Amino acid sequence: MDLSSINPVLLLASLMVAATPLLLAAVGELVVEKAGVLNLGVEGMMITGAICGFAIAVNTGDPLLGVLAAAGGGAVLALLFALLTQLALANQVASGLGLTLFGLGLSALIGQGYQGVRPPSFPRLNIPGLSDMPVLGRILFSHDLMVYLGLLIVTAVWFMLKYTRAGLILRAVGENHEAAHALGYKVKRIRIMAILFGGACAGMGGAYISLIRVPQWTEGMTAGIGWIALALVVFASWKPWRVLLGAYLFGGVTVIQLNLQAAGVAIPVEYLAMSPYLITILVLVIMSADKSRAPASLGRVFHASR
Amino acid sequence: MKLTQLLTTAALALGLATGAMAQDKLKVGFVYVGPVGDGGWTYEHDKGRQAIEAEFGDKVETVFVESVPEGPDAERVMTQMALDGAGLIFTTSFGYMDPTINVAAKFPDVKFEHATGYKRADNVSTYSARFYEGRAIQGHIAGNMTESNIVGYIGSYPIPEVIRGINSAFIHARKVNPDVEFKIVWAYTWFDPAKEADAAKVLIEQGADVILQHTDSTAPLAAAAEAGNIIGFGQASDMSEYADGPRVSSIIDDWAPYYIARTRAVMDGTWTSTDTWDGIGPGMVGIGEITDKVPAEVKAEALAMKDAIAAGEYHPFTGPLNKQDGSVWLAEGEVADDGTLLGMDFYVEGIEGTIPN
Repeated sequence: MDLSSINPVLLLASLMVAATPLLLAAVGELVVEKAGVLNLGVEGMMITGAICGFAIAVNTGDPLLGVLAAAGGGAVLALLFALLTQLALANQVASGLGLTLFGLGLSALIGQGYQGVRPPSFPRLNIPGLSDMPVLGRILFSHDLMVYLGLLIVTAVWFMLKYTRAGLILRAVGENHEAAHALGYKVKRIRIMAILFGGACAGMGGAYISLIRVPQWTEGMTAGIGWIALALVVFASWKPWRVLLGAYLFGGVTVIQLNLQAAGVAIPVEYLAMSPYLITILVLVIMSADKSRAPASLGRVFHASR
Repeated sequence: MKLTQLLTTAALALGLATGAMAQDKLKVGFVYVGPVGDGGWTYEHDKGRQAIEAEFGDKVETVFVESVPEGPDAERVMTQMALDGAGLIFTTSFGYMDPTINVAAKFPDVKFEHATGYKRADNVSTYSARFYEGRAIQGHIAGNMTESNIVGYIGSYPIPEVIRGINSAFIHARKVNPDVEFKIVWAYTWFDPAKEADAAKVLIEQGADVILQHTDSTAPLAAAAEAGNIIGFGQASDMSEYADGPRVSSIIDDWAPYYIARTRAVMDGTWTSTDTWDGIGPGMVGIGEITDKVPAEVKAEALAMKDAIAAGEYHPFTGPLNKQDGSVWLAEGEVADDGTLLGMDFYVEGIEGTIPN
């Protein structure tokens, strides 16, 4: 056992990298669910975003354009879900599951020919002075822009939901769509916008994996992170800061347990391997002992006839 | 992932309706643990499947289901394949062992071939490749090339096959470099590119400059390429797309000749339950081109070792070798028997850490 081989600075830095895809996908889904829509297609939107972002980044040589394309790709797939559930009034669970299947297949199709291609590397933040600081510089100020974008989105979502009129309307639609409708709010329009936002976030989360975290394209490379994001939203009781905490916990424990394994710590590896799931769920369940609950209209179909 | 199979099952059920009119064709099914585009393990099995189609043309029909989790789901997929009229089913991951045996008992007329397992029945054969022969060559190159004397090893699950690989690589790295140390990380997955890349990054952060992997995707090589100045090896497939980056050689699984032979045996009615474990000699394990990053004399030694193994003159597990606790495993000149290798659950002397149960 040799704990000195673990560099805490690099550990904290890679923790943020491991947490970001989950954070992006989960915060997008949080907004969708706050609007009363259950979209189980996160995995499909992530993988579609991963390949759209990858393909555009490789073809244009600009990773930022890739991220934009990923957001677009995720949103386009989400639009399909919106059409099915909001206009055709299809079942949300079935449509969401279908979306995941479709996304996995579509991404494999688009991804033909991109295997083994190396994407252009992503620019890291480099603020003279700040990024050169001994410890904090590496932990806080030398990441790729997406890490900050993730944090920014969480902050913006929290602020919007809590302090703005738009947030209040979104929550009203999610809590009681009939009342919101009676008040004259466009329930469907609001929900479609939320779904598109969720798709764009999931797409960016996927692109983070294919452009930065791995970086390469492999079929099925999101390997279930979308499902973890869905679970995270529930365990975080639909609160943005808890999503952030949960994502960092999950990403953090994942990286820490790998570090502990490599350092040869005498904890049985089985426990280390299950620790990210256990610790994240445990912490969030304890925190949700307060009276937070799901949006009341979550998953229910809305039609203006009633 | 479950949903992929749901849909596939539906597709298979559809196939059932049309299956009746194609009785003269042999239907060959494949169950894969990852996607066919993983660039590694499953990719090579699928190449074997395509080789069957190329060889027999109209006389066979192949079907496959990818990304099937190891567990009850696998049983369902196999059952569906058998119901759908498959006469021969290849199940290509260690964790499919019990599901294969269970399903095979229900379909005595269907032949099953399980990769890397050890349970057989009248209609279940097992087959595997002696990957550890390739690991010996990897270890030789790794031991020679590491400058930090730390080799990172990404394990999937602590099963004998993976432990054998670690031991074989370690023995041959130590032989050429007494100071070399292995850092081993268990990913507990065969295929999860993000996790595999994380594991590689962690090992690199902790000083490893050679990464060996026993997981299925090319993600560790991508992480190594990103870090720079790290070398790695293709696993299960050549992964030559990283040849001008970190990849200096590879272990290639060539399943095609075996798959073709077994399919032919079913067609001829000569199929019997067998246990195949072939290595470099018969060609089931290939060594991918060793790149110029490797010094010429190391490359020559590695190729000489490959030839010696192929000719049966050298066995990677040749004594004197001690177990991790210092007890004698193999005396001078003694060669490990297949039984011990197949059930290997110990590290050799010099490796630190314990094997998870």
